[in-house]
Amino acid sequence: MSAPGTAEPRTATMSTVGRAVAWRSIHNFLTNPAFLIPSLLFPLFFFVSFAGGLAAIGEVPGFDFPSGYTAFQFVFVLLQSAAFGGVFTGFAMARDFETGFGRRYMLAASHRSGIVLGYGLAALFRAFVTWTVLTAVALIAGMDVGGSAGEIVALYALAILVNVAATMWAAGVALRVRSIQGGPLMQFPTFLILFLAPVYVPLDLLTGWIHTVASINPVTALLEAGRGFISGDPVLVGLAFAIGIALSLLFAFWARGGLRSAEAAG
Amino acid sequence: MSGSLRTQVGQLAHRSILRTLRQPAQIVPSLVFPLFLLAVNAGGLKDATNLPGFPTDSYITFILAVPFIQGALFSVMNSGTDLARDIETGFLNRLALTPLRGAALLSGLLAGAFVLGVVQAIVYLSVGLLAGADLAAGVGGALVIVLLSVSITVAFGTIGLFAALRFGSGEAVQGLFPVFFVFLFLSAMALPLDLLTTDWFHTIASINPVTYLLQAFRSLLIEGWNVGDLALGFGIAAAIGTLGMLAASSALKTRLVRT
Repeated sequence: MSAPGTAEPRTATMSTVGRAVAWRSIHNFLTNPAFLIPSLLFPLFFFVSFAGGLAAIGEVPGFDFPSGYTAFQFVFVLLQSAAFGGVFTGFAMARDFETGFGRRYMLAASHRSGIVLGYGLAALFRAFVTWTVLTAVALIAGMDVGGSAGEIVALYALAILVNVAATMWAAGVALRVRSIQGGPLMQFPTFLILFLAPVYVPLDLLTGWIHTVASINPVTALLEAGRGFISGDPVLVGLAFAIGIALSLLFAFWARGGLRSAEAAG
Repeated sequence: MSGSLRTQVGQLAHRSILRTLRQPAQIVPSLVFPLFLLAVNAGGLKDATNLPGFPTDSYITFILAVPFIQGALFSVMNSGTDLARDIETGFLNRLALTPLRGAALLSGLLAGAFVLGVVQAIVYLSVGLLAGADLAAGVGGALVIVLLSVSITVAFGTIGLFAALRFGSGEAVQGLFPVFFVFLFLSAMALPLDLLTTDWFHTIASINPVTYLLQAFRSLLIEGWNVGDLALGFGIAAAIGTLGMLAASSALKTRLVRT
């Protein structure tokens, strides 16, 4: 209890901490071309090279995606940019801890989970910026969208789940390693799991070891559901959302463990 | 080459080679990353061989050309980052106080890229052949593939040297990596030029020199001996190397004047 006449110091709530951390991270993202440009260019570059350079794959016997190869690749690049938006935010987090700014966050924040929340909000913002540009380019390039408005919303909802899961994964690594040297550890597994899914052709057309790996890769269900949404023929919807939510929760626990590790390190 | 210049190049080459071999962080990614993409692309794009006009029925034979170029891209990073570190730590300033010639410095620094190029070429080719790729040109073709791969790796290494001397920062050199990947992805990397059905992409790939570097490897792997494709591949590598060396020499002069 405070003494009479003495004001109780105001304690920041988790959302206040989250908003403050997010604001700084978003400000850094928008004002530093070294962060902004790769975030926008990488997905566009993948989209252009896959949808443009591999268009003939759409004519392979057995490839019967109704919305065409551009839409087929758009879904992969959308989910990839969602994942890498999270990974790039993990880089920012690691850099903040390496330079000592993260420790100042830890000292100042009354609810330290708010720090992770803030970076998560910033990651979502980054992803929204990228998706806006990517979607505009895809539509200008003549992408055929067969899905209804609700199905397109569901596609972006899936992408949000991927972004959250990837951010929590990267945050867990960043908080444990607390150095940008942990970058490859955030990036490589993400890259690996994405490219071991049916990236270029549907699962049915894959053969051999890659078919086996892709069949058990959780990203496959996310991709197939996303492609179903954009073509107006939803498949694996329940499974994809269950996987998205489960991965987000799993990696949120992983990030919480990282936070405890950072707290213990002082 | 005079005895003095030979000694200078030898000393720097020895240092460059040791430095490369002592840094697993330079060697491992340049071997693992291209091989991972080789495995993924070979599995994922196998059906492309069903397209009318595809030059072979083995996609891994077709895509095996790509790791050689990806490996060469790593040499931009490795040679550039090493030199940038010398600049950042002041080692280049100390070298500038010696009677060392600029040509010796640049040639010596490429020795690490040369050794890495040989290791990469042998590993990529061996893995590819073990995975079932064909080599139409036989044993002689394997030697030419290694030679071509090393030529391209060293040529790309000169660009890394130029970037390091021009910007003086390892971070700036690292920033070039995605730029060079654009050249690879906007080439006939995954499909032959004739099967690039998107007009604008076909146009870009047609004027992209990486397409012809890939074609030189593919001629040996798929067709056998095609002198025209090989001459074009070696010619492009020589042109990139010459331009890179000229640019690096000019940047070295500027940097030493600044120093």
